[in-house]
This record gives sequence, structure tokens and C-alpha cells, in this order.
Amino acid sequence: MEYVLMKGNEALAEAAIRAGCRFFSGYPITPQSEILEYLSWRMDEVEGEFIQTESELAGINMLLGASAAGARVITSSSGPGFSLLQEGISYLVAADLPAVIVDVMRYGNGLGDIGQSQGDYWQLTRGGGHGDYRVIVLAPASVQENADLTYLAFDLSEKYRHPVLIASDAAIGQMVEKVVLPEMQEHDIDKFNWSIKGCKKGEEQRKITNLLYYMGNYDSFLIDKYKSMEGNEQRWESIYLEDAEVVLVSYGISSRVCKEAVKVARKQGIKLGLIRPITLWPFPIEAFKELSDKCKALMTVEMNILGQMVDDVVLAVNNAYPVYKYTTVKDVPETEIVIEKVKKIILDEEV
Amino acid sequence: MVEIISAGFGGQGVLTAGLILAKIAINNGKNVTWIPSYGSEMRGGTANCNVKIDDQEIASPFVKNIDVLIAMNAPSVEKFENMIKPDGLLIVNSSMVKGKKYRDDIRIVKVPANDIAREVNNPKGLNITVLGAFAKATGIFDKDSFIEGIDGFFASKGIVNPANRLCFEKGYDLLDN
Repeated sequence: MEYVLMKGNEALAEAAIRAGCRFFSGYPITPQSEILEYLSWRMDEVEGEFIQTESELAGINMLLGASAAGARVITSSSGPGFSLLQEGISYLVAADLPAVIVDVMRYGNGLGDIGQSQGDYWQLTRGGGHGDYRVIVLAPASVQENADLTYLAFDLSEKYRHPVLIASDAAIGQMVEKVVLPEMQEHDIDKFNWSIKGCKKGEEQRKITNLLYYMGNYDSFLIDKYKSMEGNEQRWESIYLEDAEVVLVSYGISSRVCKEAVKVARKQGIKLGLIRPITLWPFPIEAFKELSDKCKALMTVEMNILGQMVDDVVLAVNNAYPVYKYTTVKDVPETEIVIEKVKKIILDEEV
Repeated sequence: MVEIISAGFGGQGVLTAGLILAKIAINNGKNVTWIPSYGSEMRGGTANCNVKIDDQEIASPFVKNIDVLIAMNAPSVEKFENMIKPDGLLIVNSSMVKGKKYRDDIRIVKVPANDIAREVNNPKGLNITVLGAFAKATGIFDKDSFIEGIDGFFASKGIVNPANRLCFEKGYDLLDN
């Protein structure tokens, strides 16, 4: 296998190209601007369209247009810029359109700051825009997964005709690691029976609009669509669940620290395990069925102060176990602190 | 695990030095993470990158305890000297950092990087000079793999500069066997 050294943001952008994506429209913001920078020349090479729009609003709406025409499309943002995409995401869902949208999370409310964060968990997993929807959210934990999950995102998005979000963060986006890039594939913009191409006389008219307006069985359509995504697309990695007394639940940059913590803890004789959700939605509730009767408690480790993933873990275990949290704001969680807290949980002390 | 911070003014090639180390590390079958400092940096201000090299998977890319600090200017020494592990290594650009008292529980290697780079008429090669000293002082990979890594890194950018080799050798030869 041929490894190359790449920045997370660049590996993500190259994987999009290799997945057949030929349309980007969006606006720069730290810490994801390398995605635009890379695609600004790379799209040219593959004869795709790269548009730096006047705002995120224009970006997401151009994306909707290109998706309606059958192209594989991507946009990317962070922080306040990602908030501006939410209306458009709701419209993409309404019109049953595929699109890949990247959030390279940075910390804070309002303008916030440019450092790594996992503070957008609720916005990503609950449907950040208005209405009644959720979207598939993939959470890479390495530069390799930035490439692999972006590549996968286009297929999932097309399969369900639904937007797919990538929950990256400033650390994963900015860091360089070795990566094996996926194969180049071509996408045929004319392969769909639903995309619009401009109507010539005598041809069947196609339209892209809110399904709500013309679909007779809209209720059952939605029920089936979400059921199918929840049933088929849960992804996770788990370690040592068979005998773990405490199980960490963590994704992205934080999960790397948790993996190390599990290794260190096991050497000390502490029975620690880990569930790493790769899909944040659908949340991998199946993973929690693997918990053994030795499990005493779970603890989420995440880079936001509220412990946003705790809700999903509580629901997944149906209150069978207490769920603790270790949350940080500016610094990546630390292995030693994870282990300290786990020891307290085992001794029934206050965490 | 080897934890490295490479720090200096913007333009001294500290981020590039880190990337070259990363390249050499993967050429040697290691895992590596490289991440730049990412604050509200200003032009002409300090820049740094964190590099971790390990046989195992690497957890956080951020360095807390430094094995090797490359400090190309005085603010970098001030900022990071205290984070060096006891018996760790400080490689300092002595063309720019002069008359300083350093910790006595760490190893100090002084490299007059600007002077050497100027001497061989390759003023941008000061980071390569420092990598020469780094190669000899750490012995982390063999000399040839440093040379291949440096040449390969620049070749991939379409740059061939034989004077880089001179810088590297002079940095390497600063230290006794």
C-alpha cells in the first residue's frame, strides 16, 4: 500500500475528488480553509466546478442546484459558517437531494475560537435547521478516516437521497498523518431518473421541490426512510466490551485519547473498554447490546462542556447503567485524567 | 514515542523541518502526527509545529513533554524550554540566540544555523542545517535516511537544491562522534 503524508483537510478534499465529486461551492473559514484551497486547483485539474461564493448561504444553495442536476457535490464550513448552512440543509432534505457537507468543528458560541472542538454534536445530530429531520453524520478520528468516510459519504448520500454530514474538527483537519487514498471513480451526472437536465419538448418533465407538496404517502415514506437509515447505517468500533467494568464512549479526536487510556488502564489491571461511534446519527445503539453483565458504568469523553453525547448514551442503555462524562473545552482530553475518573467510578467515589 | 516541537519565526522553515521529519519517519515505517500551532498568529511572530513519532498508534497529536526542542529564536526557547523532559535535547539556533543560560538537566546543542546557511550561500537552508545536527544528536534514524527524506521532500515540490546537502552535512559535522 502506498502511504502519502497529508493534512486531514486535504485528504478529505482529495477523497471527495476520487469519489467523483465535481462541484464545490462555499466560503472560507478557519480551520477548514485548506479544503477550499485544495479544491480550488484540484477541481480545475479534473474539470469540475469550484466556486468561492459571497457567503455560506449562496454556497449551500448553489450546492442544492448542482445536486438537483445530478452532480456529486460537497461544501464545507465551521463555527458560525456552519450555522449559516442549516436552512439549506433543511431544504436539501425536503427535496430529497444528496449532498456531502463538512463541519470542521471549532470551539465556542458566537464567533468562538479556531481550536478543535466537539461542540456541534447536537447541531449535527438533531437536525440543525428548521423542520423535522435528521441526517447521517460520520465522525472521522484520523486523517485516514477523513478520506475513507468522505468517500463513503457520497455513496450513502446517493443511496438515501439525503445529505450526509462529516463531523471533523480542527485537530483532525489540521494534522498531518500517513494515509492511503481511495481509488479514483467517475460519477455519471446523467445516471439518475430524478435529476433535472432542462426539459426539451416532448420529454417527461422532472421537478425538484419539497416532496411534501406532491407525495401522497409522505408519512410512510419518511418513516421508512429513517427506519432504513437507522437499521442499516450504524457504524462503530468497540474494544474489550466482553469484560469491561467501565466503558468509555467517545468519537473523533477524543476517541484517540480514549484508545490510549484503555491500553494504559489494561496494563494497570483496570477493565476498561471503549465504544467509538463512527456514525453519530444514526447513533450506534447496536454497539451497546454487546455490554457484558460485568459493566458497571459508562463515561463519555468529549470536547464540549455540556456532555452533549450523554443523552444518546443514556437512551442507548435505557437507564441500565449510570452514564458519567469527562468534558474539556480548549485542550484535548488527557489519558491520565480519563484513568483517574475511571478509578473513581470503580470505587463508587464522586467523579 | 519521540515528541518534538520545532519553533521559530515565520519564514525560518520550522514547519517544513517538522514535515521533513514526518516524511523520514513514515519512510522508516513509523506512525507520525504533525500539527501546526494554530492560534491568532501574526506575521513575523512565532510559529511552531508538534511532531510525534511512534511504533504504536498515536493518541493526541499535541506534545506535552518534549524530547527534542528545535528553537530557532529566543522567544521559542522562552516558551518551550520548561516543557523539555529531564535529559531531553534542546537544539538552538546560536546565530540568533546568544548569551543565554539554559537548564542544566537537559542536553544543549548549539547550531549557528544562519551563519552556516549564509556560508554555503543557501540562506533559506537554516532549517536543513539544524536537521543535520538533529540527525547526529538523536541518532533516531540513520544519516542516509535523513538525506533521502530531505531530497525527497523537496523533489516532490519540484525543487532540487544541492546546497541543502551542504547545510545538512555542516550541521551534522558540528557534533563529535
